[in-house]
Formats: sequence, structure tokens, C-alpha cells
Amino acid sequence: METATHEILDIEAIRRDFPILDQVVNGRQLVYFDNAATTQKPLPVLNALTRYYEGYNANIHRGIHTLAEKATSAFEASRRAIQQFLNAAHVEEIIFTYGTTDGINLVAQTYGRRFLKEGDEIIISTMEHHSNIVPWQMLCEEKGCVLKVIPIDDEGDLILEEYEKLLSERTKFVSVVHVSNALGTINPVKILIEKAHAVGAKVLIDGAQASSHIDIDVQALDADFYVFSAHKLYGPTGMGVLYGKRNLLDAMPPWRGGGEMIKEVTFEKTTYNDLPYKFEAGTPNIADVIAVYAALDYIDTLGKKNVAAYEHSLLEYATEALGSIDGLRIIGQSAEKISVVSFVLDGIHHQDTGVILDQQGIAVRTGHHCTQPLMRRFNLTGTTRASFAVYNTKEEIDRLVQGLLRVKKMML
Amino acid sequence: MTINEKQDEIIEDFDLFDDQLDKTQYIIDIGKKLPPMPAQFQTDENLIRGCQSKVWLHAEMRGDTVHFEADSEPTAQISKGLVSLLIRILSDEKAEDIANANLYFIDRIGLSTLVTSRRAGGLASMIQQMKQFSAAHIGTNQAAERSTI
Repeated sequence: METATHEILDIEAIRRDFPILDQVVNGRQLVYFDNAATTQKPLPVLNALTRYYEGYNANIHRGIHTLAEKATSAFEASRRAIQQFLNAAHVEEIIFTYGTTDGINLVAQTYGRRFLKEGDEIIISTMEHHSNIVPWQMLCEEKGCVLKVIPIDDEGDLILEEYEKLLSERTKFVSVVHVSNALGTINPVKILIEKAHAVGAKVLIDGAQASSHIDIDVQALDADFYVFSAHKLYGPTGMGVLYGKRNLLDAMPPWRGGGEMIKEVTFEKTTYNDLPYKFEAGTPNIADVIAVYAALDYIDTLGKKNVAAYEHSLLEYATEALGSIDGLRIIGQSAEKISVVSFVLDGIHHQDTGVILDQQGIAVRTGHHCTQPLMRRFNLTGTTRASFAVYNTKEEIDRLVQGLLRVKKMML
Repeated sequence: MTINEKQDEIIEDFDLFDDQLDKTQYIIDIGKKLPPMPAQFQTDENLIRGCQSKVWLHAEMRGDTVHFEADSEPTAQISKGLVSLLIRILSDEKAEDIANANLYFIDRIGLSTLVTSRRAGGLASMIQQMKQFSAAHIGTNQAAERSTI
């Protein structure tokens, strides 16, 4: 049964909120299917940035003048909005970062260095982005911890039985992706967290790809840490969020030293500020933090459930349409997916596919998607990935199909 | 033919096409005609560090000229075509002429968007390596002894 929810969304009106979409690229109307890399920004986000710089640009927190007060108040309003977005218990559990990668590194370098020791085991999965592999490898190298990897099956799902076999009293940390950027698989993170907690391990969830597509409730998940980037949910680049349980964040040492993260500095000893400021050294990315409020509000107005239902209809349409192309194989066929279609064309290099689609005005991503171990699992060097956002349409997917038929005609 | 005469000839060929897709098709067709590289040259040392597809380049002195062999992995057909164009223009020319060559054909045939390190298997690095090898061998005449990259 076709649900009516997504018909509530007026896609044509939504598209008008994203001025960048209305342009001709290489002689053809742009089709933007690289949303898993970064989404485009709606007018309310662009306007929030302009309003800040035109109206109340000032450094925050310690200024006593009116502009500083206004900027501080908008900055902290974003923190409260993110608290609601994640359903975090406390506002000070929201730490602003530069992005998902930054958040993972923060946890590895503070929680990891303080609490993990030689022989402790850290579990990640085969489908992790390099950002959720390398920070843990660096920690393992330094501390002598052991990295364990949850395997996946041919559909692109984690093999839970294998995960259970990896868990033991030696497991101290589990860091897994909520939604795979290369496959689209939505992982059963609540179960993963439960099982990790049962052996006393802490869990970080990489929510970079999940945040714009599915509802996140860190309390219901019982996640210890949750990280994501604003630029993948219609917000600005260079701004991300680390959620951490208050008791854990309290116990962690600060990472970067500088302004704002201190209570008092003398040459003999420095005392550190309270949460969340302990982890926010230096002037933060004020404008982009403020603009995130507009991005969250935008999603809220559309309704995340409506967005998810509409994107799911695009995924189904694309899966069927692309599946009808001879020699095209979809990589990642989990029953639980967000609107990402990764695929290979027999005998055609993904790079050539990307170039020729671009020449037809269609923007996709090609390559290993920063998931080289995952690509190796499928014996591939890369795929072509089309990822959809709320402003995409079935007509655009038809353009992709036509574009791919052209690629095949030129190559074979 | 000099390097520039060869470039001019290629520019003339590409002038027949207005559409970027037709130009790309032409590049692909040129690539299909590139003779396969001897397997012994497809080594890790000869790999050009490109981002997405594998391209190998082998260079050796033949007298005072530089002979190049190059190839890409079989499915990377645009890279193969671009490689083929470079070989056609630069191979068996004098080391000094290669090192000093101004490869204006890239802009003139509208390829500049393809010749970035990310999009064409490191074609820019390939040109750099061809020039570096040649620059290092200016004035040498190695009929008997072969020097390779």
C-alpha cells in the first residue's frame, strides 16, 4: 500500500528552498545525487548565516555587549535544539565539534587514552568509514589495544552471531556506524549497544549518515556516545556534534587546551571548565552552530517521518529502475536501508561512469567512499553511488537510468 | 612531426565535435586502439598514483629520444584514451623537447576538466613523470644502455 505521508510534502516547493538545484551543469539541468557526501542547504540556513554576519557577529560567552549576548543566546539555542533532536537527557551532553571525524577522534583521544589499556579489545565493523577505523587504530598502536572487526554478509548486513562471538570481558569499547555510507544499511544499533553493555563495554555510534534520515533517541538507544555532522542534514559544513553521557564526559580529560575550556589558569595549574565547555577550546564555529538551528527547524517543519517515507519511495523506485539495467549490480541489499544505491556496471570503471554522468549534468559519487576494507570485502575497488535527499524526484532517477544507458552505449 | 604539430592535429580532430559526450566517446575510441602494454611493465613501480583507476607508465631512452609505454586497467577506458593521446604526442621525441613541451592541447580540446588528479587516474601526475624522466635525461644518448623509470 502506498502511504499517503510523503504526498504531504510538496517537493516542488521544497526544491525552491534550495536555490543551488536550479542550475544547468554541462548543458543539462543539474541532478544532485551526492547527498550522502553532503546535502544542499535550504534558504532558511543560508539566511541564518547571513543574518548572523550582517546583524550580530560577535565572539560568544564572555562578551558583555549586546551583540555578544545575542550571539551567545543563539549559539546556546542551537545546543538545546540538538539536545531535543537527539532526545539527550541533559543539554551539557551536547559538545560542538568540527564534524563526525572530529567527534570520534575526541572520544578515542580522551576516553580511549584515559580508560583503555594494553590487551583491551575495541570492536568496529567491516562497513566502517575510515573515520571510524583510523582513530581506533591510532589508539591501539599507542596503548596496545586489539582491534576486532564484525564481518558482514553478502547483502551488506552485520553478522550478529559473529559479533556475539567477538564480545567478551576483554571488550572495552564498540564503535559502529548507524547507517553505512557506502551500502545504505541501517544497523540494529540498539541490539549492538545492549550486547556490548552486557559485557561492560562502552559504545560510540557514528551517526553521520543516519541523522537526516531516521529518528535518533540516544536515551532509548542507551548510546554512550553519538556523533554526527551538520552538513549531511542540510546544515553548514565544519560543524558537528558529539553526544556523550554526562558521567562519561565528566570523567574524560579535556582534549584541546585553550580559551573557554578553563575555569582558572595560573602558570602552576589550570582548572578546567564544566561541561560542555571543557571540550570546546577556542572560538567555536559560531555562525555554523547558529545556522544548524535553522536546519533542524527545517527538517522539523517537513517532519522527519514524512521525509523518511518519501526518501524510501525514491529508494524503492531507484532499486527497481536501476535493477532493470543489464549488467548493473547493486552492492548493499539489506532489507533495512536508507536512500542510498551503490552499484557497479559490468566491464565499466566507476570513474568513467561518474565522468560520463557528470557530462550529462548528474552528480554521483564514485570510488571507495572511504571504506576500502568494505570494498575489499566485495572484491571491488569502488562503486558508483547515488544517494537521495528530500528534494530529489523520480524524474531525476529516470534521468540517472537514461544516463547510465548512455554510459553503457559509449563503453561497450 | 613535432610535438606541437601532433597537438595541432589532435585539436583539429576534436574540433569536429561540439558536444562533450561526443569528445569523450572519441577519447574512448582512441583508447581502444592503444596497443596493450607488455605485462612485464605493469609493475607497482610503474604505477601512476592516481585516485581511482590504475595507470602504468614505462619510459626508456632510445638514443636521444624517450620511448614511453603506458596502459590503464582494462575497464578504465577514458584513462586509456587520455594515456593514448599523451603517448601519441610525446613518445619517441627528444628528451629536451618533452621536458619543455607546453601541452596546450589539453585546454584546447576541452579536456582540462578531465585532467585533474581525481578524475582521470592521475593524468596530471603522468605528465609530470614523463617530463621529469625526460628532464633527467637531457643530453644523454643511451643507445646501448637502457635507462628506465
